[in-house]
Amino acid sequence: MAFGRHERVQFSKIYSLSCFRPSTRDEHGQIGQKGYSRVVYCNDVDNPEAVQLRYRGNYVSTTKYTAINFLPKSLFEQFRRVANIYFLVVACVSFSPLAPFRASSILFPLLLVIGATMAKEGVEDWRRRKQDIKANNRKIHVYRDHSFSERKWKDLRVGDLVKVHKDEYFPADLLLLSSSYPDGICYVETMNLDGETNLKLKHAFDFTASLHDDDSFRQFKAVVKCEDPNEDLYSFVGSLSYNNNQHPLSLQQVLLRDSKLKNTEYVYGVVIFTGHDTKVMQNATDPPSKRSKIERRMDKIIYILFSTLISISFIGSIFFGIRTNRDLNNGSYRRWYLEPSRTTALYDPKRPALAALLHFLTGLMLYGYLIPISLYVSIEMVKVLQSVFINQDQDMYHEETNRPARARTSNLNEELGQVDTVLSDKTGTLTCNSMEFVKCSIAGVSYGRGMTEVELALAKRKNVEQLDAGNTSNISDDHAVKSRKSVKGFNFWDERIMDSQWVNEPNSDVIQKFFRVLAICHTAIPEVNRDTGELSYEAESPDEAAFVIAAREVGFEFFQRTQTSISLHEFENGKTVDRSYELLNMIEFSSARKRMSVIIRNAENQLFLLCKGADSIMFEKLSKESQPFEDQTKNHINKYAEAGLRTLVVAYRPLDEVEYKTWEEEFLNAKTSVSVDRDSLIDAAAEKIERDLILLGATAVEDKLQKGVPECIEKLANAGIKIWVLTGDKMETAINIGYACRLLAQGMKQIVITLDSPDIKSLEKLRDREAIAKASRESIEKQLREGRSQIDLATSKSSSVLFALIIDGRSLAFALDKSLEELFLKIAVDCSSVICCRSSPKQKALVTKMVKEGTRKTTLAIGDGANDVGMLQEADIGVGISGAEGMQAVMASDFAIAQFRFLERLLLVHGHWCYRRIAMMICYFFYKNIAFGFTLLWFEAHASFSGQPAYNDWYMSFYNVFFTSLPVIALGVFDQDVSARLCLKYPLLYQEGVQNILFNWPRILGWMFNGVLSSMIIFFICKNSTIHQAFREDGHVIDYEILGVLMYTCVVWAVNCQMALSINYFTWIQHFFIWGSIFFWYVFLVIYGYINPLWSTTAYRVFVEACAPSPFYWMTTFLVVVSTLLPYFLYRAFQTRFHPMYHDEIQRRRSEGCEEVSPGELPGRVKDKMDHLSERMKHSHREI
Amino acid sequence: MDASTRTKSRSKKPQYSRFTQQELPAWKPILTPKWIITSFVIIAILFTPAGLLCLWASERVVEIIDRYDDDCLPDSYSTDPDSFIQSNNTNKTCVRTLKVPRKMTAPIFIYYQLDNFYQNHRRYVKSRSDKQLRDPDEADETEDCKPINGNDDGPIVPCGLVAWSLFNDTYKFFKGNKAIDIDKKDIAWESDKKYKFGSNVYPKNFQNWELIGGGALDESKPLSEQEDLIVWMKTAALPTFRKLYGKINTDLEANETITVVIQNNYNTYVFGGEKKVALSTANWIGGKNDFFGISFLTIGGVCFFVAINFILLYVLKPRPLGDPSYLSWNRNQGAQ
Repeated sequence: MAFGRHERVQFSKIYSLSCFRPSTRDEHGQIGQKGYSRVVYCNDVDNPEAVQLRYRGNYVSTTKYTAINFLPKSLFEQFRRVANIYFLVVACVSFSPLAPFRASSILFPLLLVIGATMAKEGVEDWRRRKQDIKANNRKIHVYRDHSFSERKWKDLRVGDLVKVHKDEYFPADLLLLSSSYPDGICYVETMNLDGETNLKLKHAFDFTASLHDDDSFRQFKAVVKCEDPNEDLYSFVGSLSYNNNQHPLSLQQVLLRDSKLKNTEYVYGVVIFTGHDTKVMQNATDPPSKRSKIERRMDKIIYILFSTLISISFIGSIFFGIRTNRDLNNGSYRRWYLEPSRTTALYDPKRPALAALLHFLTGLMLYGYLIPISLYVSIEMVKVLQSVFINQDQDMYHEETNRPARARTSNLNEELGQVDTVLSDKTGTLTCNSMEFVKCSIAGVSYGRGMTEVELALAKRKNVEQLDAGNTSNISDDHAVKSRKSVKGFNFWDERIMDSQWVNEPNSDVIQKFFRVLAICHTAIPEVNRDTGELSYEAESPDEAAFVIAAREVGFEFFQRTQTSISLHEFENGKTVDRSYELLNMIEFSSARKRMSVIIRNAENQLFLLCKGADSIMFEKLSKESQPFEDQTKNHINKYAEAGLRTLVVAYRPLDEVEYKTWEEEFLNAKTSVSVDRDSLIDAAAEKIERDLILLGATAVEDKLQKGVPECIEKLANAGIKIWVLTGDKMETAINIGYACRLLAQGMKQIVITLDSPDIKSLEKLRDREAIAKASRESIEKQLREGRSQIDLATSKSSSVLFALIIDGRSLAFALDKSLEELFLKIAVDCSSVICCRSSPKQKALVTKMVKEGTRKTTLAIGDGANDVGMLQEADIGVGISGAEGMQAVMASDFAIAQFRFLERLLLVHGHWCYRRIAMMICYFFYKNIAFGFTLLWFEAHASFSGQPAYNDWYMSFYNVFFTSLPVIALGVFDQDVSARLCLKYPLLYQEGVQNILFNWPRILGWMFNGVLSSMIIFFICKNSTIHQAFREDGHVIDYEILGVLMYTCVVWAVNCQMALSINYFTWIQHFFIWGSIFFWYVFLVIYGYINPLWSTTAYRVFVEACAPSPFYWMTTFLVVVSTLLPYFLYRAFQTRFHPMYHDEIQRRRSEGCEEVSPGELPGRVKDKMDHLSERMKHSHREI
Repeated sequence: MDASTRTKSRSKKPQYSRFTQQELPAWKPILTPKWIITSFVIIAILFTPAGLLCLWASERVVEIIDRYDDDCLPDSYSTDPDSFIQSNNTNKTCVRTLKVPRKMTAPIFIYYQLDNFYQNHRRYVKSRSDKQLRDPDEADETEDCKPINGNDDGPIVPCGLVAWSLFNDTYKFFKGNKAIDIDKKDIAWESDKKYKFGSNVYPKNFQNWELIGGGALDESKPLSEQEDLIVWMKTAALPTFRKLYGKINTDLEANETITVVIQNNYNTYVFGGEKKVALSTANWIGGKNDFFGISFLTIGGVCFFVAINFILLYVLKPRPLGDPSYLSWNRNQGAQ
């Protein structure tokens, strides 16, 4: 199927797109070849060679359609749906004599439905177009004719020289030439690209950094050769030839469109990619289109209806053939009034088979009302409106970040109500991703008295008595500390360190070095607030910011950075002195290296290497001798990890001049090399200097749990949703976080699967890869089987022990293997929570895929970072947290929320409602069309299956459009079984969606059966009560027209009242639509009845003259409607008595007054409001 | 302060309204036992008297029905009714006597009833030209009427199968020897006469075809006055139907004997149809119609029965309120 293929394509795309693609460094050699053929003649746009290249202009259009292709393209989109094609074919055939109705009456609803959908597309596209126009007409200074002049963005050409001022956006991808800084650096905010709010540093080449005044550009000519347009934001391959020299270009010199110039007065740049060639536009792909399970099932229902349609047409045509055949009786014609002797093939008794075949086609048209033409467009409209409600929900608005929830796609609203498993990222999703420096271990002494949330949870777990006396006192102190002083990113308190007390510590020299490293070894940039004079830092990661802040708070204030130096205010001997350190080299952090180093020269002309990094790497780099406190530090690190903290080891090394000189040469060579293995050369060089380090200590930062996370997870667990946490953390950290956020509970039995066993470790020392792999697999399998038997044992004893599975990344790699996957999944499914630690982004996506495909249930992935993109796209629903880590996750998500805790409301309230609404809406849609369509069949049976419709053409065309559609839409948009408060109070209600009990086959078929039943009741009561006698006092009898009106009235009443009966939520909107639809039928009948009889034909004055004055007409309507509703009402009466659904129970409790808000308990909204207020008050206190 | 007001004005906080927050005041009825019982009782209370009323009204209608197609076929033709009915030379007059069971008060409606006659066949229903019927200038609009659309003498007015198959049995009623006046006025709908059949459209070329279908028309009378045709052309919904033939504006007393002289012209023999003549009075409910009243009574009875059962159920076994243990998934989870 086309759909399945589509999905697979998506999956393969994730990995090529995402940031963890290894960058190939051999690309420089390919410049000029295929894929690297772009040539830009800088400042020389009119160069004939440049003109010949015909690069695209900077005009950007994100619209799906243009004025010309709108009609064909959107029509094509429309007719990709099977149902619409069917209706189109019907409309075409309706011009032939086969048609039972007039062609116009078939075309009208089709055009209306198609028109409505196209109008929706058009409006959406128009909005995009307006944005485009705004972007295209922004102004930019362009160098033309030897001076800078203002022009529109869209007029830019490749090779143009532009000047961008502070806080302006770059109009295209530019090559940085120079900036207001003499060394040609500038700062860029890439929020619109990757959502990262921190500033990024860009360097111009030295030889272009001097280009400043307008005159100097007069002679400037250069040629850039680079890669073709591509979507990779994190690499750039190219070279600049200037003054006959080749210079390799990197991302350092490239300014990307839609990022913003910051902290720099102006920059000059050359346009290299324009318009759709820019990286940001290349990245602008639509989020993957996912379809909900309900919609997929709906397709199946449509197929059922199609087969019903075909089979009843077939049966009808057989009967018609028999009847027609019988008209010819031994050479004489029986029904002479049909004049069978001179007829077309349609009714020819001599060729009954042909007549039957043609009648089959007529039947397909006649019973076409079984297929609800307006279903798709109604569902689409409903979903858009549902999304509006999600977007508008005040309870999912986050005040601090000013972000409301956003439904980025409306396709999956109802899927939100069916989530079985939530797969969550940890950092930034469960936690705030705002790091706070809480502890450190310096010279083997642990400092920092604060208690982390995890520790509190741990304390609870281990019982308070077991805590040592020192710690208990800290808890009480904690509040005092916080109220005294609060700095963002700093939650450290220890009287031995703070307020310059560290100088009195026995190891004060180590402490000094420790904080100095924190203040120097980083990539942050200080920013002075002009109004207050306060310093703040722009750092690449929140961890780094936390370190710099910590150093500042202790007395090592980093206040200035230039290209070559870092300056600190240092506290020394009781006073503050300014110190400047010459920054010689920086070896940057990478996820492979897991450390960063700087080499500095201090005022005393001493050379130092300062280094911080992950413990796993750093301990290997320490010098073998004289590490007096290595063991204590390791100990502390383990403790910190247990407390859910992120740790880094800090170390340094004094260098001697000679060693440094030789090394620097090598390092520079490596850095400037353009060869394939540049990275490995750099790594090798770094390796040489980063050794024999002297340990200073370790830091511990806390990533705070987001507000409301434990409560939310508890609610979701109560709702029966399984929660998996996929994190990159260490196992201990992950487990402790698990406790803190109530994912793990005291009574749970943990099944831990890990490869940290002594056997494996000893094997690792032998470095025999195959043996390791084999042993690992066996070990994992054994552990899995043990876990399995534990669960089986518990199940057989039917004890209510809950299990939690914890598995680390390396084990996961084996567990995800084909042979073990099934076993793993089976265990995981039986566990109430699962934690996968140390997992890579790719593993996250694989786990998601495994859960999705293995359980065939709905999965929801939630994450905030670029590393979650694969997971979000793989899951049935991706929810992005629009937090601090950028917008990449949000861009790949289907729903975006600001905080994890909003997930509760998104799923339990909106998800539940949307699921219920859509499920009921679809069921009802089929009901109403079957109820209507089958009356046609029963009438046919009494019209010798000749294909004569029971109703006037236009009654039928308006059925789906006017008389029955609006109440369904109201149902789909507004219906609530229980209020939001009760949805949250009874999370188990959510299981109605997970178990899909509102849209399971019995229910769907039940509704269909109800439809058939309704049609039978309507037809047979109408028929039998009107059979041949007069129906009025003046002796008139029922004819074809009146029976049609009577039956149609009954249908309209019955389906609308059925709607009223099946919902139990009536606002004025429902009342208006339901009763309005019925009323409108009469209005329509009157108006239509007064139109020229050539148009209204059988409807002419039929209501005013014939039906309305007859009590019989009204009584029949009443009788039929009540009888039609009776079966469903009886069913519901019995159901609520004997087998009530959960929402019935809750509704009953509510109506019987058990759910009144008790005076002690404030409603959620009020409570939230009060929380906000008190928090705001705290803030203002701090500012004072 | 400045900053805070600026952020406030740019706040993306959704506006509060009861509509957007989905908190509109709503009526939330649920199926409580009280509701269930009340509604069943109400239906029972409404339907039982309504049914009785309808039955009573239907009972007051006096109806005489007489099937004559078989009896009016001379025995000699009983094996070949076709040749009897199609021959111009056979005597088709047939006399029937009817007995008035109860007093019938004027107006008494005379109907002819046909059986197994598919006036709702698609070919039949479509075979007419509404344009032609309204407007003498549109006489040529006979496309839909094929094959009864015209011949060398021009278009047929009124064309099509419906008109062509016009019912042409005639009835004369006698009380003793005295003829009873039959009022043939106003047997068609007013709107048909006024707007669908033109007062300046005259039959032309009608039944002038090689095949004669049903009755002929008086070419001197405009269509709007040919009420028999108008009644016939209002096609019936079902294969068994009655159509108004005329009215008797005098009362008929109980036990009176009425003689009906029938011209048995219309061929129902060939397709196995029946012909009946019916005399009926009508009141507010229309003609005789027991089904209607019975239906009301049945529904009322069912509801009454259900209501009683539910009352007993709730009295004997009231259900504890909101016990979630009823739920299937709870049971499953407990088992795990």
